[in-house]
Amino acid sequence: MIYSLCLLLILVGLYGVVASRQTVKIVISLLIMQHGVHLLLLLIGYRDGGSPPIMDSGQAATTFAGLSVDPLPQALVLTSIVIGLGVLALMVALCVRLYERYGTFDVTEIRRLRG
Amino acid sequence: MGVMEPFGVETRTLVPLFVAVPLAASLLIQLFTRDRHFWSGWLTNITMLALVLMSIQVIGGSALYHLGGWPSPIGIDLRLDSLATLMLLVINIVGLAVGLYSVDYMKRYTASGHFYGLFLLMVTGMNGVVLAADLFNLYVFLEVAAVASYSLVAFGCAHEELEASFKYIVLGSLSSALILVGIALVYGITGTLNMAQMAGRVAETGLDAPLLLAFGLFICGFSFKAALVPFHAWLPDAHPAAPAPVSAMLSGVLIKAIGIYVLARLAFNVFGAGDSELSLLRWLGVLSMVVGGLLAVGQTDIKRLFAYSSISQIGFIALGLGLGTQLGLVGALYHLVNHAVFKSLLFLNAGAVEYATGTRDLGRLGGLNRALPVTGVTSMIGSMSIAGLPPFNGFWSKLIIVLACVEAGHYGFAATAVLISIVTLGYQLKVQRMAFFAELPESISGAVRSMGREPRLMSLAMILLAAACIALSLLVLGGFRDPWLIGAAQQTLSAGPF
Repeated sequence: MIYSLCLLLILVGLYGVVASRQTVKIVISLLIMQHGVHLLLLLIGYRDGGSPPIMDSGQAATTFAGLSVDPLPQALVLTSIVIGLGVLALMVALCVRLYERYGTFDVTEIRRLRG
Repeated sequence: MGVMEPFGVETRTLVPLFVAVPLAASLLIQLFTRDRHFWSGWLTNITMLALVLMSIQVIGGSALYHLGGWPSPIGIDLRLDSLATLMLLVINIVGLAVGLYSVDYMKRYTASGHFYGLFLLMVTGMNGVVLAADLFNLYVFLEVAAVASYSLVAFGCAHEELEASFKYIVLGSLSSALILVGIALVYGITGTLNMAQMAGRVAETGLDAPLLLAFGLFICGFSFKAALVPFHAWLPDAHPAAPAPVSAMLSGVLIKAIGIYVLARLAFNVFGAGDSELSLLRWLGVLSMVVGGLLAVGQTDIKRLFAYSSISQIGFIALGLGLGTQLGLVGALYHLVNHAVFKSLLFLNAGAVEYATGTRDLGRLGGLNRALPVTGVTSMIGSMSIAGLPPFNGFWSKLIIVLACVEAGHYGFAATAVLISIVTLGYQLKVQRMAFFAELPESISGAVRSMGREPRLMSLAMILLAAACIALSLLVLGGFRDPWLIGAAQQTLSAGPF
C-alpha cells in the first residue's frame, strides 16, 4: 500500500516534468520525484515496530540487528539528499541565468536549438 | 600485485589515488590558483600526467582495496581488474590530451580556474565509477561526474549553452532517479549493495521478475547516460554547446565511462544476463547506429554533426556488447577505445577550426588545410579512422563487430553495420570537403590569417591523439581474437558473475 503511494509520488513528479512549461515547475517536479525515490528507499529498510538503529552499549550485535530498522538505506538517503541539493542549486542557478538571457521561464519560448 | 611494475609501487596502494589525486588537485585549483590561468592549467596537466603514469603502472594488476580498512561486506571497496584498467587508461590518456589542449584554448574564457576545477572533478567521478565495487558508490561517483559535466556544458553562459545545459540536467536527473529506484529494488531483493555479493545472490535465484524490473530500470537509466536512441535527446544539444575540450571529454569518454561501461558491468558481471535480455541491448544499439548516422548526414554545424556521429558509434559498441559472444565483446571494447580516441580528436579539431575562424557552420568554412595544417592532417586521420577505412583502427574494430554479428547468425545486423559505416564515410567526407578542402571564403580569411598556425600545445594534443589512432590499429597484430589489453578485459566480462 505505502509502496504504491511512493510509486504514485514518483509518477506525479514524472508527470510534472513532462507536462510543465515553466522551468521552475520542472525543477520542483524533479524534486517531488526524487523524494518519492527517497521514501521508497527508506521503506525498504523499514520494519514495523523497529527501534531506531542506534546500538546501546550493553547490547549484543545480533539482538540489535533483530530489533532495529535497517540503517543502510537511511545512510543512502542522506547521501542522496546531499547530492540532490547540489543538483538543485545548479538547476536553480540555470533557471535564473536562463531568465536573464531569455526574459522568460517558459520552456516553449526557450528554443534556440533545433532537435 | 601487478605483473609489470616499472616504478616499483604496489598496485593496491595506487587504487584509491585514482580518485584522491584529481579530487585534491581540483580543490587546490579552486582554493589557490583560481584566478591564475597559467598555474591552473599546469597543475591540471601535471595531475593528468601522474594519472596516466599510474594507469600504466597498474596494467596487468588486480586489486581489492578496502577503504578505511573495513572488511568487504561492511566497508566500501574499490575494485581494480582488467576491464577497469582499460577504462582508466582511456579516461586518463584522453584526459591528458584534453588538458594540454585546454591551456591555449581556454585563454578566451574568463574564470578558467573554475574550468580546470570542474574538469578534474569530472575525471574524479569517472575514475570512481570505473573502480567502485558497490552500486551506491558507483551512483555517487556517477553524480559527481554528471554534475561537473552539467556545469561544464553551461560554461560559456550564452543562450544556447544555458538551454542545452538545462535540457541535459533535467534528463540527467530523471535518469539518475531511475537508477536510484533500480538500486533500491536490487537492495530490497538481494540485501546487499556490494556488486560481487549481489552477483552471487542473483546467481542463486536466477533472474526473476523483480530483478528483471530492476535490470530494466538500469538499462533505461544508463542508456540515458550513454545516449542510446531513444534516450539521446540531450546529447546533440549538450555536447556541441560545451567548450571544445569539454565536448571531446564528454563525447569521447564520459558517455562510455558512466554509460556503456556500467551497462556492460551490470549485464555481464552482476546480472549474468542471458540472450533474451541482451537482445534489448542489441536493438538499442542498432537503433542508435541507424538513427544517429542518418541524422548526422544532414547537419551543418560541425560539432553537432560529430555529436550525432557519437550516438551512431555508441550504437556499434552497444551492438557488440549485446551479441554477448567473445568476438562481439572484443569488438565492442576495441571500438570503445578507438572511438574515445578519434572522437575526442575530431572534437579538438572542430575546436581548432572554431578557434581560428570563429564559426562552426560548415557552409561558411573551407580551404582550412593550408591555414591549419596540423588540424587538417589530424582530422583526416580521425575521419578515416571513424569511417572505418583500412588500415586505421576503426576499420579493425568495425570489422570485428561485423564478423561477430555474422558468427552469431545476425546477418541483418551485420549488413546494417556495414551500411552505416558507409554512411559514416559519407558524412566525414562532407566535413573534409566543406571545411578543409575547396577555397578559403573571403568572410573568414581575415580572421584565419591574423591567427596564423594553431598554438603549439593544441597541435601537440591533436598529434598525440592522431598517433594513438595509428598505434591502436597495430593492436590487432597481437592476435585478432585477443588484442593486447582488450582481450583481458573481454575475459573479465565473459567470466560471468564475479
